Amino acid sequence: MTAVSTSYLHDLTLSLPEVFLLGATLVVLFVDLFISQAHRQLTYLLSLLTLVGTVVLLVAVPEGRHVGFAGMYVTDGFARLIKLMTAGTVAAAFLYSRDYLIKRGLFKGEYFVLALFATLGIFVMASAGNLLTMYLGIELLALSQYALVAFDRDSPIAAESAMKYFVLGAIASGVLLYGISIIYGVTGTFDLSMLAQRLDAHALTQVGLLFGLAFVMAGVAFKFGAVPFHMWIPDVYHGAPTPVTLFLGAAPKLAYFALSFRVLAEGLGSMAGAWQGMLMVLAVLSIAVGNVVAVSQTNLKRMLAYSTISNVGFILLGFLTATPFGYRAALLYTITYVLMALGSFAMIILLSRKGFEADRIDDFKGLAQRSPWFAWMMLFFMVGTAGVPPFAGFFAKLYVIQALVEVGFTWLAVVAVLFSVVGAFYYLRVVKAMFFDAPADDAPIGGAFSFKVLLSLNGLAVLALGLFNTPLVELVAKALR
Amino acid sequence: MLANYLPVLIFLLVAGGFGGLLIVLGFVLGPRKPDSEKLSPYECGFEAFEDSRIKFDVRYYLVAILFILFDLEIAFLFPWAVSLHAIGRPGILSMVVFLTILLVGFIYEWKKGALEWD
Repeated sequence: MTAVSTSYLHDLTLSLPEVFLLGATLVVLFVDLFISQAHRQLTYLLSLLTLVGTVVLLVAVPEGRHVGFAGMYVTDGFARLIKLMTAGTVAAAFLYSRDYLIKRGLFKGEYFVLALFATLGIFVMASAGNLLTMYLGIELLALSQYALVAFDRDSPIAAESAMKYFVLGAIASGVLLYGISIIYGVTGTFDLSMLAQRLDAHALTQVGLLFGLAFVMAGVAFKFGAVPFHMWIPDVYHGAPTPVTLFLGAAPKLAYFALSFRVLAEGLGSMAGAWQGMLMVLAVLSIAVGNVVAVSQTNLKRMLAYSTISNVGFILLGFLTATPFGYRAALLYTITYVLMALGSFAMIILLSRKGFEADRIDDFKGLAQRSPWFAWMMLFFMVGTAGVPPFAGFFAKLYVIQALVEVGFTWLAVVAVLFSVVGAFYYLRVVKAMFFDAPADDAPIGGAFSFKVLLSLNGLAVLALGLFNTPLVELVAKALR
Repeated sequence: MLANYLPVLIFLLVAGGFGGLLIVLGFVLGPRKPDSEKLSPYECGFEAFEDSRIKFDVRYYLVAILFILFDLEIAFLFPWAVSLHAIGRPGILSMVVFLTILLVGFIYEWKKGALEWD
């Protein structure tokens, strides 16, 4: 009996960040119930404190790989990096969204509580050692996201996109679960490290396994938003309130990278010969469709949605090499992309005011005259995402292409570069609107002081991580040893 | 490995085939003399009032969701209670945590007025 209790305590110690995050989120939910709208700032502060406390506990968790809850829970360098990045991203999302929510009467505790639950889902996914734990994390994240998209209850377009997202997301979750059940049927285990042991080169000849893998892959591709499972992305990004789009576009990408890394690379690593081909189709289609369709968008949120699809293609390109260098390149790309996506959506929030969403490219006309500093910041985000040196996006793309060439997929590298050139057009169109067109309106740029400081730091980080990218490269290399 | 599923396939074929056969047999062999009285919907002996596909209050949906929630909780509590002697202190602790989370949710919905009809 004592032996059981000690190991239970050991498991709880390992998962202390998650335990704290859950407990603190419940406290936030509880406190929010009993305060008046005038004191709603308390919810906001408590939510930020929750993230700070989680980060402190994350740093305190012993380094190295530890397994708890009979293999259901794994903590290692990779999980730690994903969780730290997620906590930082979510905190930034909170800071960015506060003013927007207050001005539109959407400053409710539910936004913060749902985002914190989504964060917990990402944490569970990053630490999943078992397909069931992974599925639990995916659902916790997905359900919070559906509710967040529908958060602005009076907006019909938000309700419509939430409905689409919910129905499609539920189908995708079902498909993923079906794939998991087939893999379980063939191998007899949910445990990812056990799966890696039981599968060998023969796995590629087993029809049942390939069948299961195809379904798992469809689920993963839907979550990422890779073509042809991308239909929900533009509608959801466009329909959701901008702070929610900012949240959806950033932190969950880290979670989906963790999903593919844990399941495909760690669990089904010996089936790389099969999933490489599937990822190749997904990646090439995503880069092609994402970049080409983005060109014809006039709505900035939709354009950024298609830009997400093409960037997901790049992440998958790095991933499909199935080499340690490729995984590192893909993770580096994900982190860099998240940083730039945060900034781009924050710019839309900065220019918007009550009754004016600033989500059309035309709304950015003449920004250089209205606010030169933030026009430059937007230039950093746009040109950075396009992959122009010396910004962070350039090196992220460079590493992915290097990884591809190393394993002999030169034609994939050529395709990626060609479509990046197409992509550069629509990023530069925003820059052209900002610097060379006359301003459409001359309302002063709003935004709280903390918002502007964070946005400036965000923009400078995109530049700094391009000029001095060694720390980030080393961080990623340490996480994926 | 896949051969293990052959009995399942046979079972599915037999079940589907038998079900289909009965329907086809009834369709082919049964006498059919429809008239307007037979074809009209039956509603307790009255004439049908309105279409059965009507809008209903979204609050029923809320009640249904709350019901599922606590129904599942009970479904979870029974096996827990039966196996309590085997799972020991960690088992009790886990259930306390689970019930606490549910309790917070319950207080939330109560305070938000989800349990009040008007």
